[in-house]
Amino acid sequence: MMLLEVRDLTVTFPTPRGPLDAVRSLDLDLEPGGALGIVGESGSGKSMTSLAIMGLQPRAARRTGSVRLQGRELVGMSEADLRRVRGDRVAMVFQDPLSSLNPYYTVGLQIEEAYCAHRPGVTRREARKVAIAALERVRIRDAARRVNHYPHQFSGGMRQRVMIAMALSTEPELLIADEPTTALDVTVQAQILDLLQEIRRETGTGLVLITHDLAVVSEITDHIVVMKDGVCVERGAVEQIFTRPRHPYTQALLDAVPRIDDEIGELRAVAPGLAVAPDNGGPV
Amino acid sequence: MTSSPTDLTAARAVGSGTGDTAEAPAASAAGALPAGAGGTWQALRHDVGAMLGLGYIVLVTLVAIFAPVLTSISGWTPYEFDQTAIDPDLGGMPIGPWGGMGAEHWFGVEPGSGRDIFARIVYGARVSMSIALSATLLTTVLGVSLGLLAGYFGGRVDVVISRVMDFLMAFPALIFMIAVLSALPASNRSALLVVVISAFGWPYLARIVRGQTMSLAQREFVEAARAAGASGTRIVFREILPNLRSTIIVMSTLAVPGYIGTEAGLSFLGVGVVPPAPSWGQMIAASVKWYAVDPAYFVVPGVCLFLLVLSFTVLGDRLRAVVDAQEGR
Amino acid sequence: MPRFLLTRIMSGLMVLLLVCLFTYLVFFALSPDPAVQICGKSCTPELIDQIRGNLGLDQPFWTQFFLFVVGIFAGRTYGDGAGAVDCAAPCLGYSFQSSQAVWDMIVQRLPVSATVAVGAAVLWLLAGLAGGLLSAVKEGSFLDRFTTGLTLTSMSIPNYVLALVLQYVLVVQLQWLPFPQAVAFADDPVQWFLNFVMPWMVLAIGYAAAYTRLTRANVLDVLRENYVRTAAAKGLPQSLVWRRHALRPALTPIVTIFGMDFAGLLGGALITETVFGINGVGKMAADSIARNDQPVIMGVTLLAGFLVVVGNLVVDVVYTAIDPRVRVNA
Repeated sequence: MMLLEVRDLTVTFPTPRGPLDAVRSLDLDLEPGGALGIVGESGSGKSMTSLAIMGLQPRAARRTGSVRLQGRELVGMSEADLRRVRGDRVAMVFQDPLSSLNPYYTVGLQIEEAYCAHRPGVTRREARKVAIAALERVRIRDAARRVNHYPHQFSGGMRQRVMIAMALSTEPELLIADEPTTALDVTVQAQILDLLQEIRRETGTGLVLITHDLAVVSEITDHIVVMKDGVCVERGAVEQIFTRPRHPYTQALLDAVPRIDDEIGELRAVAPGLAVAPDNGGPV
Repeated sequence: MTSSPTDLTAARAVGSGTGDTAEAPAASAAGALPAGAGGTWQALRHDVGAMLGLGYIVLVTLVAIFAPVLTSISGWTPYEFDQTAIDPDLGGMPIGPWGGMGAEHWFGVEPGSGRDIFARIVYGARVSMSIALSATLLTTVLGVSLGLLAGYFGGRVDVVISRVMDFLMAFPALIFMIAVLSALPASNRSALLVVVISAFGWPYLARIVRGQTMSLAQREFVEAARAAGASGTRIVFREILPNLRSTIIVMSTLAVPGYIGTEAGLSFLGVGVVPPAPSWGQMIAASVKWYAVDPAYFVVPGVCLFLLVLSFTVLGDRLRAVVDAQEGR
Repeated sequence: MPRFLLTRIMSGLMVLLLVCLFTYLVFFALSPDPAVQICGKSCTPELIDQIRGNLGLDQPFWTQFFLFVVGIFAGRTYGDGAGAVDCAAPCLGYSFQSSQAVWDMIVQRLPVSATVAVGAAVLWLLAGLAGGLLSAVKEGSFLDRFTTGLTLTSMSIPNYVLALVLQYVLVVQLQWLPFPQAVAFADDPVQWFLNFVMPWMVLAIGYAAAYTRLTRANVLDVLRENYVRTAAAKGLPQSLVWRRHALRPALTPIVTIFGMDFAGLLGGALITETVFGINGVGKMAADSIARNDQPVIMGVTLLAGFLVVVGNLVVDVVYTAIDPRVRVNA
């Protein structure tokens, strides 16, 4: 059985000029433990896709089609049942870890509540242990102390680690990461990607990685779906996409990936690196 | 279906629905389409509340301008006593229902003196409008210029101006205004009111202008102008000020009702416009003694004042909504 | 004590000193001679000179101002010899009209003003928060639009006009409320309470409207925050998402504004107390304005400044307790 099976997924927004599709007729398949990349520019509908899988599309939007998780249909499921799926079977990591964590609560509490929401009857002490273990698993040093800190006391890369820890605390089957490295410095990006890869190997969690950067997906995922204007324009194995792109848009995205033989690309790859600060995880 | 609208709408929905930063530029690009004064007017024109408010403001303005003409038609000046319109046996109550309203005195007469309320309302409009608008003008000039100075030049200028603003905003303004006005001589109260109101009003505008100027000063077009050798004054007036236009208009419109209320309130407390010059706040104050027996006496100026404040409030509120939508906030 | 608190207290004292200076300066420079006022009708130039001497009005401005400020902290003595009057700290001088000590007059009337202020504050907080939350939850509904219209109307009605309307409708016409009578709480609690109903409503309505708009806007803003989306993605129940992740961030800024508004309430109380004839500090100020009773006006202005400064301080302290970002950075 497929872990995730999306068929004909369409997300429609009402506008004064009539309904418009942010995502149109999208199909996705992911095997258990597999990794799928969704690639496209801003506004291509890739983020909306990730939200729509979870049933988290904006209130004004309408979602049609089929989203099956381990054979269970999520479209049309009651809000109460969807709630049990979110965070437990499917967890998400968002782009900007600072704004995605509530500044008013310790990271410990925010991890604990994710865990407690799906494990009724656990005690605070158990939840605290889970939170510390989750932080340790994403390689945050001194987790027992850091668990009491607030998000603003972490650096950017550390915050994203906290987000990942939070997502993994319930041991989900599927992790959806929406541009998890875009807001981070280049060296920290690599660390986060390595972490995701490691965790996937250790836990067998399926991964949907959403990004505008083909270089990022090529490192982790096996299959790629290229989106433009809410529609899938090309899909295939990583190797095939990189060596024989069929759609001109994919070619354009590939051209944007820095190569050694590309002078401009080289500059692009190096220039941001100059400003990189080491992500040592100390308090800011 | 063309691709770009889909793009923009989706981006907009994501941008406003979830605050996705990557898609924010597309969202503001989409929002910026109907910008400009023409667009603002087009959007406002279809808003019933805003148009009703504007209508009433125009009406009061015209009434204020043509006050002498109107009173010559109605037949009574604001200072004439009409002993025939009040009943001395009832302590000076107006004769007739509704505070003596009728063909002779359109809005009735003042109990006790028999002065024509219509004439006093019409001349009172002059006071209310001229004080509120002058105070707004002065506040805007002060707020914009000091805000620009602080925001553009920064450094010591900014420190000094910001300190003064902090101080004025932490000041018990209303009480102090009352204290000052009560101590000042009664001559030329209108001008004093304008000065005192503006002195405490400008920091609220200046603070916002300062913030926006600071962020505008970092933008590319300002950098470009600076690189091209434009002087500071030129950059401030040619590059930054035009971009603050909508903020200034909205803030000023929203400030007017506050100033109308302040003037009326100060006159109500007896430290505003000096009798016998008519002012709406002062008329309401005079009606306090009579409210139980002659409700028309406070209803007429009360309603006029309330509607004027409401009109400016609604207009300002809608204006802000339109401008915010245009700027994609 | 944290350093920032110390700097805040210092700047608060600066504000107070400046308020004092400005007010004093205004009266010194612009007001008619108080000695003439006090002297009354049967006055001789000698008497005026004597009063001047007793009040220290023959001194230069800075000396007078200095004596006034010292008097607040340490008390002062007016006149000398047998006719000397000791004014204990905090000394704000004596009323020109009643010869009572201004400090005593304020202390006497403060409880009444506090009753008006606290009751109004409770009313506007309840109404504002409830109204704002309701319209945020039902965004775009009829209820939301109705509330928006109501808040604009409420914000636009001057409180003295509302006071007259309420008195006319509720007391004169419908007779739902009795005419206000001066009673002590212990003698007739019902009448006492009913006395305050209208003042509370009048003082509260503008704030209630403003808080409704503020709460609505804040809640809607916070609901767009990424961390609310995160909370939903974690599978938290809707009620917990609202309670924990939306309400606290949305309501925290309101604490600041509430502190400032409450501290600045004396200005609003001036009009409300005058209209309803409530014998509080506000009415006392209004009365002394009519009689040009400078020491009293001066005292009330200082009190207002003091309340604003203290209000700001309290807000700063409370804020460090409720916003972790401030707490750690401080």
